[in-house]
Amino acid sequence: MSTQAPARQPAVLRPVFPRRPSRNALVRAAARHALLLAVLFVILYPLLWMVGASFRPENQAFGTLGLWPSGFTLDNYREGWSYGTLNFSRYFLNSLVIAVLCIVGNVVSCSLAAYAFARLEFPFKRALFALVLATLLLPYQVTIVPQYVLFNELAWINTIMPLTVPKFLATDAFFVFLMVQFIRTLPRELDEAARLDGCGHLGIFRRVILPLSLPAIGTTAMFTFIRTWDDFLGPLLYLNDPERWTVTLGLNGFLDNTGVSSFGPLFAMATVAIAPIVGFFLVSQRLLIEGVATSGLK
Amino acid sequence: MSSVRGGAPRTGAAAQHRAAGRDPRGGSVGTGAGAQRDPGVPRMSRRAREALAAYGFLLPWLVGLVGLTLGPMLYSLYLSFTRYDLLTPPEWSGLDNYRAMLEDPRLAKSVEVTVVYVAVAVPAILVVSLAVALVLSRAMRFLPFYRAAFYLPSLVGASVAVSLLWRHLFAGDGVVNALLRAVGVQGRTWIGDPDTALYTLVLLSVWTFGSPMIIFLAGLKQVPRDLYEAAEVDGAGPVRRFVSVTLPLLSPLIFFNVLLTTVNAFQAFTPAYVVSGGTGGPADSTLFYTLYLYQRGFTQLDMGYASAMAWALLVVLGAFTAAMFATARFWVHYGDER
Repeated sequence: MSTQAPARQPAVLRPVFPRRPSRNALVRAAARHALLLAVLFVILYPLLWMVGASFRPENQAFGTLGLWPSGFTLDNYREGWSYGTLNFSRYFLNSLVIAVLCIVGNVVSCSLAAYAFARLEFPFKRALFALVLATLLLPYQVTIVPQYVLFNELAWINTIMPLTVPKFLATDAFFVFLMVQFIRTLPRELDEAARLDGCGHLGIFRRVILPLSLPAIGTTAMFTFIRTWDDFLGPLLYLNDPERWTVTLGLNGFLDNTGVSSFGPLFAMATVAIAPIVGFFLVSQRLLIEGVATSGLK
Repeated sequence: MSSVRGGAPRTGAAAQHRAAGRDPRGGSVGTGAGAQRDPGVPRMSRRAREALAAYGFLLPWLVGLVGLTLGPMLYSLYLSFTRYDLLTPPEWSGLDNYRAMLEDPRLAKSVEVTVVYVAVAVPAILVVSLAVALVLSRAMRFLPFYRAAFYLPSLVGASVAVSLLWRHLFAGDGVVNALLRAVGVQGRTWIGDPDTALYTLVLLSVWTFGSPMIIFLAGLKQVPRDLYEAAEVDGAGPVRRFVSVTLPLLSPLIFFNVLLTTVNAFQAFTPAYVVSGGTGGPADSTLFYTLYLYQRGFTQLDMGYASAMAWALLVVLGAFTAAMFATARFWVHYGDER
C-alpha cells in the first residue's frame, strides 16, 4: 500500500536516492538474470533429462548426460504403454474418472461449507471453524487405519468409493479454508441486493457467490486434480485389482513387472504420467500461484 | 422483518443495520415471500432460520467431520489399546502396543530416520526458498516466468514418476555419477548406500522449495520500500537491512512456513516408498515413520500397533504446533504495517 505513496510526491521532495538506470544497474540486473537462469537450469535438469531419455533409443538411455536425444524414437512410448500385463489406457481412464469425481465433490461440498462460514451467523460458528483449521494440521495417519476398517466393513475395498466419497463430504479442509478466505473478500452489498430481489440463502449462494467465486473454484479444481492424479497411498491401500489401478500404481508396477533393462519405456510412461499436471499448470499457473500465496496450499 | 424496507437504498438499509448493532444481513430462504403469504403463522426468528440454513450448508462437511475424521480418530485411539488384525474382532490389550513401541528397534530406527530427515530438510527448504524469493523480489522483469518455473518441481515432487526418476539419477550407473565422472570424481551407489540413501530423499524434498518460496515472495512484495530507504539513510548496510527490516516483517510468514513444512515433512511417504521399493532399505536407512506405520498396519495387519504409532505421531506434532504458537510472541512480529 505504501509503495505507491512516495512515487506520487514531487521529485524535489525525495532527492536522497535518484534511481536512474545507470550502466552499473544494468550490469547488475544482467548478472541477476544470468544467476537465476543458471540455478533454474540445474533445478529443471532432472525433468528435462527424463523427457530427453524417453525419446532416446533403448541402447543409449543410460548414463547419457545430454538432454537432446541423438536418435529420436517413439518406441519407448509404444512399448511402455502396454508393457507385459500393464495397460496404461486402462490406468489413465481409471485415474481420470477418480480425478473428475474428486473435483466435483470438492468444489460442491467445500463451497457449501465455505458459504456458511463466510456469510452466515449460527451457534458454535467459532468452534466449528477452529475445527476446520485444526483438521488442516491433522496428520492423515491418524485416520487411515480406522478409515480402512470402516471402508472394509462397507465392502468398498477394491472400488473407487474410498477415494471419491470423502471428497463429497468436504474432508479437504484446505479448500474450505481457501474458499472462506475468498468469499470474505466479496462485497456483502451484492448479497443484500439479491435478497431484496427475493433470493434466499440458496439463491444468493447459487446466483451471486458461486459465479463470483470462479477463481477460487478454479484453484480448488486444479489442486484437487493435481493431488488426486499424484495420489499414491490411497490407491495403494484400496485398489488391489490391476484392472482398477491408477497411473501411479501402474508406474510403480513397472519396477516389479520388469527388469532394469526397461528404463526407456519407464521414463516414457513417467513423462506421460506428469504431462497432464505440467500441462494444467502451464495453462492455469496464475490461479495456482495465487492460491498458494493466499492459503499456503501444497 | 421490518428492518429491510423495500424502497430503502441498499447502503441505507445496511447502515440502519449497523446503527442498530446488527449485521447487515439476516433473513433466510424465501424470507420476504413467506412473510407476505401467511403473516399470522408463528415463525422462527430470523436468527434461528439463518442458523438452520447454515447447518444445511454445513451438512456434508459435518457428516465428513464426524464420520471420517473425529469418529475414526476416537476409534483409532481405542484400537491403539487393542490387538487387531482386521479378521478377528479387536482384543483389549491395555498399554501393550505402547510398551512394545518403546522396545521396538525398527521403530527407534524409523524415528531416527524421520527426525534426521525433518531436521535437515526443513531448514534447507526454508533457507533456499527465502534466498530465491529475495533474488526474485528484485528481478522485476520476467517475474511470472521465474515464479512459475521455480514452482514447477513442487507440483510433481511427491509423484511416483519423479521418485522413480530420482532412483535412477542417484543409482550406481545413474546421471549423477556420470556428471561426477565428467569432472573426475568417483561416485558411489547413492541410493544403495545406507549412509547416503536418506540424503537423496532430503535433496528431493529441498528440490520442491517452490510453495514456501511463493509465500515469501508474496510477503516481500508487502514490505514498504520506504522502510528500506529509511534504514539506508540511517546507514544500514544490506545485511543490517535484511536482519532489521526484512526478517521481522517476514516473521509471520516464516512462522507459517516452518509449521507447514515441518508437519508435511513428518508425513512424507511416496518418495520413501517408491525409492526403496516399499522396504525402507537399504538397511532401514529410509524407513520413514509413515512407511513403518504402513508396513505394520497394512502389510503385517497389525492395526492396533499402527494406531498406537499414529497417535504417538499426533501427540508429537500437536506438541510441536503448541510449542510454535506458545513461542510465537517472542519472535513473530505483527507490525502495524501488515
